[in-house]
Amino acid sequence: MSAEWLHRKGPRQAAYALLLLLSQAGHAAWGAPTDTVVHQTPSIFNPHSGPAQMIDHLSLFVMQITGAIFVVVAGLFVYVVVRYRQRDPNDDSEPPQIYGSTQIELAWTVIPVLIVVVLFLTTARILFAIQDQKMPDSAVNVDVVGHQFWWEFHYPKYGFTTANELHVPLSTDQNPMTTSLNLLSADVDHSFWVPALFGKIDTMPNQVNHIWFTPDKAGMFVGQCAQFCGVEHAKMLLRVYVQTPEDYAAWVKNQQQPGVQDPAVAEGRQIFESQACASCHVIRGTSATGKFGPDLTHFASRDTLASGAADNTLANLKLWIQDPDYVKPGSLMPAMQLSNTQIDQVAAYLETLK
Amino acid sequence: MADSTLPIGSAIDLTPPGEVYGTWREQLHSWVVTVDHKKLGIMYIAYAVFFLAVGGAEAILLRIQLAVPHNNFLSPEVFNRIFTMHGTTMVFLMGMPLIIGFANYLVPLMIGARDMAFPRLNAFSFWMTALGGLLMYYSFIGGVGLQGAGSAPDITWWAYAPLSERAFSRGHSTDYWALSLIASGFGTIGAAVNIIATTICMRCKGMTLMRMPLLAWLYLVVSGMILVTISPLTAAQIMLTVDRYLGGHFFDSQAGGMPVMWAHFFWIFGHPEVYVLVLPAFAIANEVIPVFSRKAIFGYPAMVAASVGIGFISLSVWAHHMFTVGMTSAQNAFFVLSTELVGVPTGIKIFNWIATMWGGKIRFATAMLFCVAFVIQFLFAGLTGIMLSIAPWNWQLHNSYFVIAHFHYVLVGAIVFCFFGGFYYWFPKMTGKLLDERLGKWHFWLFLIGFHVCFDTMHIPGLLGMPRSIYTYEPGRGWDSWNMIVSIGGFIQGIAVIIFVYNMVYSLFKGQDAGPDPWDAWTLEWATSSPPPEYNFASEPVVASRRPLWDLKHPEDPDSRYEE
Repeated sequence: MSAEWLHRKGPRQAAYALLLLLSQAGHAAWGAPTDTVVHQTPSIFNPHSGPAQMIDHLSLFVMQITGAIFVVVAGLFVYVVVRYRQRDPNDDSEPPQIYGSTQIELAWTVIPVLIVVVLFLTTARILFAIQDQKMPDSAVNVDVVGHQFWWEFHYPKYGFTTANELHVPLSTDQNPMTTSLNLLSADVDHSFWVPALFGKIDTMPNQVNHIWFTPDKAGMFVGQCAQFCGVEHAKMLLRVYVQTPEDYAAWVKNQQQPGVQDPAVAEGRQIFESQACASCHVIRGTSATGKFGPDLTHFASRDTLASGAADNTLANLKLWIQDPDYVKPGSLMPAMQLSNTQIDQVAAYLETLK
Repeated sequence: MADSTLPIGSAIDLTPPGEVYGTWREQLHSWVVTVDHKKLGIMYIAYAVFFLAVGGAEAILLRIQLAVPHNNFLSPEVFNRIFTMHGTTMVFLMGMPLIIGFANYLVPLMIGARDMAFPRLNAFSFWMTALGGLLMYYSFIGGVGLQGAGSAPDITWWAYAPLSERAFSRGHSTDYWALSLIASGFGTIGAAVNIIATTICMRCKGMTLMRMPLLAWLYLVVSGMILVTISPLTAAQIMLTVDRYLGGHFFDSQAGGMPVMWAHFFWIFGHPEVYVLVLPAFAIANEVIPVFSRKAIFGYPAMVAASVGIGFISLSVWAHHMFTVGMTSAQNAFFVLSTELVGVPTGIKIFNWIATMWGGKIRFATAMLFCVAFVIQFLFAGLTGIMLSIAPWNWQLHNSYFVIAHFHYVLVGAIVFCFFGGFYYWFPKMTGKLLDERLGKWHFWLFLIGFHVCFDTMHIPGLLGMPRSIYTYEPGRGWDSWNMIVSIGGFIQGIAVIIFVYNMVYSLFKGQDAGPDPWDAWTLEWATSSPPPEYNFASEPVVASRRPLWDLKHPEDPDSRYEE
């Protein structure tokens, strides 16, 4: 909501105020209170990778054709509505009755068929180019697994698993780098969508789908799950970090290390390993080997927690451990029933896992 | 107006409508046990209007929640139930009863018959549909689940597996969804059988198939489609129930089942279903536009061919809802082509409507205003549909607010607009009273403005990456202002619908008397009194052309001389 809304006057302002009033009817905000707002509009017309650009160009071509059709047909229609309206309300005479015209009807059958042929051939070319592209051997392979309500990223060549924030290398003309994703689901249907980088692809259980992209701009791109998957579908967010080759290599090297062993937070680690945390989460180098929840080996290297539902800060983390439903109501992580001291210690431990 | 000395004129019963209403109990009883197509038609329509209000209220709740990001008006659990119920209600409890209601009322009258072919099946179909609605809404109190007191289905109206399986959807809310739709599905199939038998077998003397009103033709095509399309849905719901309770694994991902098969079954139903909903809108336009342009429909044979063509081709396009599930490129390409092809006969219809109005003398009664808006809105919706058929582009647009904007453009902008037009056109026939034109104009303009504010705007967040089925969205993604505008448009439409309902109630009691033929129209329903007597026509009409009343009113220049 931008500030200018608050300064407009009139019925819009009143409607806005009414809606705002109704919207504050609850007592707590969904989502933790200390979040920064990431300003990024994931427009499909702002492509930053090969497939997204091909789709963008195709869409512009199609819009030109459909735009022309609309202008012509709607224009004709508006003309007819204005020109042939009954001028004299007392005029009861009937206009000439025309029942049809073979030539005109043939023309407006043939022309649309030709348009269909053009559209189909153009579309098929792009469709095959994207979907049937051969992956180069140098491609970065990631296995993406959709869970309720988070994303698992497994890098088979490097041997580590991370969650929710996908890191990929930048692709330039001098140094093209393809990222190749295999997509699976651990439970229900999800859909993997980062509009700036590629068109979405569903993750269906018992099926492996594939997608690829060549990101041409370093930075962070936002997306989210695009197939209703349950209560917290709306908060199954997604970030893709496109990094220069050097940054990417450094990130990979870090991720390959086992979890940081800082003696200062040993109590926290002890709690993590002995409580139920270990039965759902993996922290490599500890006895926590649970596979149900995200891999937390490098949890502190991530910008968000709960798949983007909240910023990764100490305060949010404590809230999350104490009562996940407060941050992401309906998420499958249970409230851990730890004492406040235990929560402080575990949170401090997790925040050392860079 | 019809003359009682002419052959068809004697079809009119000129005795004044009998004031032979009984007691309240007798009247109510007569409605409950009726097998008369007109009463059943009105009951279907009243049922649909009731659920239009319920579904509309659900939509308003959704729009309040989505007006601002991170809103807390509705919890995620409640939001998910409300949007599931909104979609399910509008398609199955509003859309289907509405189209069947109009068919029931109009088809026998327009073909000069006394009733439908199977009056008792007709009544059975209505009550099965009503049962479906009752079961669906009973879920709010009966669907005991683990999420709290009462739970309606919350799995979206297309209920993808395996989310709908027992493992992920506990309690009975999904079962209410499946079973209530199986029940109302029987009602729909019964109505379709009836319409086919009636149009094929019960046309009056002289009315060949190529002289049948286009409305009857479209309903014949629709009924054929219903027979083909409801079966996969019913089958899928039975399979789902077998999975949930009898140890089946059709869609069960944890036992080797194929969740994508649910998607195929559902969309083999789901796509023809939306054509089932929209073809009756075309039917109304085919009747209203010629009468208010004072010209015969342009290209009647082509319109018949296009309608049948749409019926057939629409059975082959379903996987354009599934471009993102991971089909092969060849499979995707097939559905691109079939979807684009269905645009050809649809476009032909639009051109025919424009050509009908060309050279006419257009009168802008409220009924015509709605149909005029329909033509442009349907053109726009068809073009966004073409955009969605472009599979690579679909990979961006699928499951976003662009899709929601597109299908509401068809469902509301085409179907609801046409049916409002149909209400203003045939309400006088059904009740004997004209709907108030002043209130009608208020209804039209408010609804038009609200519709465009809401649904034109809604395309934008979709293009900016906003997915559907989300109870809230992130601030900072550029979606905020657009969502607020969409919500405001929703409210405006709600006000317009309230005016419409008020108009109906007011006009029922205080409306101007309509007489048998207030619009100077040409099809057989206007050759009997308003409302018609129970037996419709005193004697069976005999027709010689597509516009029997035109022939009567213009004996010097009858259609029968020009039609081939």
